[in-house]
Amino acid sequence: MSVLVGKESIVITQGITGKAGLFHSQQCRDYGTKLVGGVTPGKGGQKVDNFHVWDSCAEAVAAVGANVSMVFVPPAAAADSILEAFESGIPLVVAITEGIPVLDMMRVKKYLDLKNYELSREGKSQLRLIGPNCPGIITPGAAKIGIMPGYIHRPGSVGIVSRSGTLTYEAVHQVTQMGMGQSTCIGIGGDPIQGMNFIDALELFNNDPGTESVIMIGEIGGSAEEEAAAWIQKNMKKPVAGFIAGVTAPPGRRMGHAGAIISGGGGTASSKIEALIAAGATVAKTPADMGTALKQALR
Amino acid sequence: MKIHEHQAKELFRETGIPTTIGKVAFSVDEARKAAQELFDKGNSVVVVKAQIHAGGRGKAGGVKLARSVDEAAKLAGEILGKVLVTPQTGPQGQEVRRLWIESGSKIEKEFYLSMLVDRKTQALSVLAAAEGGMDIEELAHSHPEKILSFSISLVSGPKTFHGRNLSHFLGLGEAHVAECALFLQKIYEFFWKTDASMVEINPLALVSEGATKKLLALDAKVTFDDNGVFRHPKLKELFDPTEVDAKELEAAKYDLNFIALDGSIGCMVNGAGLAMATMDIVKTYGGEPANFLDVGGGATAEKVREAFKIILKDPKVKAIFVNIFGGIMKCDVIAEGIISASKEIQLHVPLVVRLEGTNVDLGRKMLETSGLKIHTAVTMAEGAEKVVKAMKGN
Repeated sequence: MSVLVGKESIVITQGITGKAGLFHSQQCRDYGTKLVGGVTPGKGGQKVDNFHVWDSCAEAVAAVGANVSMVFVPPAAAADSILEAFESGIPLVVAITEGIPVLDMMRVKKYLDLKNYELSREGKSQLRLIGPNCPGIITPGAAKIGIMPGYIHRPGSVGIVSRSGTLTYEAVHQVTQMGMGQSTCIGIGGDPIQGMNFIDALELFNNDPGTESVIMIGEIGGSAEEEAAAWIQKNMKKPVAGFIAGVTAPPGRRMGHAGAIISGGGGTASSKIEALIAAGATVAKTPADMGTALKQALR
Repeated sequence: MKIHEHQAKELFRETGIPTTIGKVAFSVDEARKAAQELFDKGNSVVVVKAQIHAGGRGKAGGVKLARSVDEAAKLAGEILGKVLVTPQTGPQGQEVRRLWIESGSKIEKEFYLSMLVDRKTQALSVLAAAEGGMDIEELAHSHPEKILSFSISLVSGPKTFHGRNLSHFLGLGEAHVAECALFLQKIYEFFWKTDASMVEINPLALVSEGATKKLLALDAKVTFDDNGVFRHPKLKELFDPTEVDAKELEAAKYDLNFIALDGSIGCMVNGAGLAMATMDIVKTYGGEPANFLDVGGGATAEKVREAFKIILKDPKVKAIFVNIFGGIMKCDVIAEGIISASKEIQLHVPLVVRLEGTNVDLGRKMLETSGLKIHTAVTMAEGAEKVVKAMKGN
């Protein structure tokens, strides 16, 4: 079992004719993902490396029943593309694009909140956005929708959720090296306004019979980790190991991710670590110990 | 991207946010002229304000009152060229290269007002306090009840009732509701017009002009969303490179995420999270990072070379730690970049490299056969331990 994506996912790429869009679409297909084509307005009807190209998401949905879209559209038009995917009936959008203006994402987020409220009143399932500025999502052995290196993963029972890309690979690698594997890994991205957050991912893992434990990787900035810790304490039925990056980051400086900034007393690594420990999670002291922290949590 | 107070105030004026009148001055002469103009207009006091991006200027001696043109010129001479050290500049301080000469105001009361992108509510939020001039973050910590904070719905935007709540919280009653609403509406408008990520007015002041009292932005601090600046070529021109570390500027040219720090171990990493975590693990083993450097996910050999050169040129650096988890970034590309940078600039300090991921065997082999003296590590813990030892000379 897994969450959100698997063998049943029919994936398209928005921005498939761009260099990065095409390269990663090929990588995903090679991994075994049912990635059938993509959207580039004005290039509909063409084929690139055996991928269908459509002019719009609506056409792609009508043609192949796409239910996941991976977004590689450049920042200026990315928010537009995300909204297009949702409005075309695609329930899951994975936005890889880095550098989308924050206020564009604020509008997308508001759209999602209102739309999901309507959907929940009608008893329908929710729309989900992963990212932006994230590595994507992978269910090892079934579907890779993103830019992560597929070969370090191995099917298993550890769910991983993270704000950081390469740090997720580090955790995946450590888990795989220990002879274990992952159910699903979700990179929620490093931007201040984002689709899914830690709690959304934790909730999915909590309800997934195929996930037996969780690694949660956070970093300085904001209070999402503290909120997640409070949620874990109240609801989490499965062992959680955590790591927080940025113990040594100086206040007021943006550490690469727009979200990774300590301001005032809030958002420090130590407040996040304390909250996680208080919630019963095992927190790795260094990024090299994420695997061993998981082992401890499983004991 | 940050801008100067004088630039922010000009943008405020264009937007209709009430603020002080003044002129920017890059020399004592210009300051004298600006002061003369203000005195000619009937002002009895002018304010000479150092223009640096960091806050805390007043306490560091960067804001002074003058009652005559000569006094303004004298103060301008003292402040221009001075290195201001404030809690936000770090110990090295920041040199003052320009001044803002503005009309003095008769201040009745000072407040704090800001609007920012709020991660928690995923919306724009307002923060206000009835005390101005103080450190809002300290106040949030010690007396959170003294801060009014609310989010503004994207559907409604700021309305009169927001203004009323603000006015009453600041102790201004009904008399200033419309003004408070105007401030909120205009700042909100400014956000969407400019892709701002923070607007801070500290202090917002109630000033008296004859018999009337009105609200005025005495200070203006604006930060723009770096991701949105591309849509505003005019705002981009406001960027002042002298406010940014030279190494960071060089890094920005190559689209590298670089932040200069005070330690002695240069770090080159791919990915922001891993880069932060690498700094942390270096510290765990007793070292201090000289920088944060994320070369990004899809760096070319050229980008890696430039990144490595920036580290090599830093005289503080006593050892270098390269920590790469190649996903999209291939290890052989990293190796190629390191080797070519070391050909251009002599590698004069110990180098520890930990490579993992795509094409790792090829990358390791290239480094081994390069003739460079490189310590290799398999895990990042081993790498951190080795680089700290190497830095200490054993």
